[in-house]
Amino acid sequence: MSGMTDGLWPYLVLVLVGFLPNEVWRMLGLVLARGLNEDSEIVVWSRAVATAILAGVIAKLLLFSSGALAGIPLSVRLGATVCGFLAFLAIKRSVFAGVIAGEIVLLVGGYFVVH
Amino acid sequence: MPAPADFPSSTAAFFAGMTSAFRSVFFVVLAGTYVGIGALAHDFGFAVWWLAASTVLVWAAPAQVILISTLGGGAALLEAAIAVTLSAIRLFPMVVALLPLLRGKGTRLRDLLLPAHFTSVSMWVESLRLLPGMAHEHRIAFCNGLSAGYMASAWSFGFVGFYLAAKLPPLAAGALLFLTPMSFLISTARNARAMVDRLALVLGLIIAPVMVEWHVQLDLMWTGVIAGSLAYAVHRLREALA
Repeated sequence: MSGMTDGLWPYLVLVLVGFLPNEVWRMLGLVLARGLNEDSEIVVWSRAVATAILAGVIAKLLLFSSGALAGIPLSVRLGATVCGFLAFLAIKRSVFAGVIAGEIVLLVGGYFVVH
Repeated sequence: MPAPADFPSSTAAFFAGMTSAFRSVFFVVLAGTYVGIGALAHDFGFAVWWLAASTVLVWAAPAQVILISTLGGGAALLEAAIAVTLSAIRLFPMVVALLPLLRGKGTRLRDLLLPAHFTSVSMWVESLRLLPGMAHEHRIAFCNGLSAGYMASAWSFGFVGFYLAAKLPPLAAGALLFLTPMSFLISTARNARAMVDRLALVLGLIIAPVMVEWHVQLDLMWTGVIAGSLAYAVHRLREALA
């Protein structure tokens, strides 16, 4: 990554690319706070697009990992993800249980692959 | 915990809000999420104060993860901005639903600026649960206290994740980085109650790697538009046939 480490530039980028594109929806909600409900078609579509983007981020972080996570083989990463998700479904749809189960599988799998 | 009905002052309401933030389940969820985001920021080479500033200014974990991974991965600024703004659309209906609860007689627009900025999944769920049992004049103060508590937790644990990622052995650091995709996958699946949202999640998981393999520019944006619109089309088709 270049240019994101020194000076004020990273903070300017944060405001222009992070803060403003995110905040505009909150302010729009503040100004137009009537007339739209959760079931209106444009809200349903935009929620689907937003969900898919988030899914894309998740898939990229898992499949094309960087840094320390890239040192753990893809098969272990995917196996841990599947186990974590199954634990979430099995244990009262608990996010906590799913994350812990996934982490345990990742650590155990990663340990045996390395040693 | 039952919602307290009234407070002697706005200050008391603010601190009651903070206390209820520290007691809620979202405190743990936020701590884990921001430990993961802190590790991610370290991994992609951001400064710790940049991360801290992004938590205060952006205050939306999905947008922050998108921002860090796109900018850190060398994406164009425009692509990062589009991905962030698309992920933030969900904040709009949340603010729309929250404000009627906060607005009383004589509430000024500027009193609502802070609650609007604080709007996020955790704060929104807890506000909708706790505010109705409360006197109108103290709701904004309570809501700000609740949000300040959540933000303080996220802010502090961001530092924890950042420095842990720097000091831990590789396997443990990898496990820390795994927190973000794992917790996001599960919490997104849990929030996706309607068929259209579940379908969008599954299609997004499938289409994103294809976009990357094909070296498509703005891969996240196209993943969102294609997978989201496909899911929406299936939803409309099912409604038409039903």
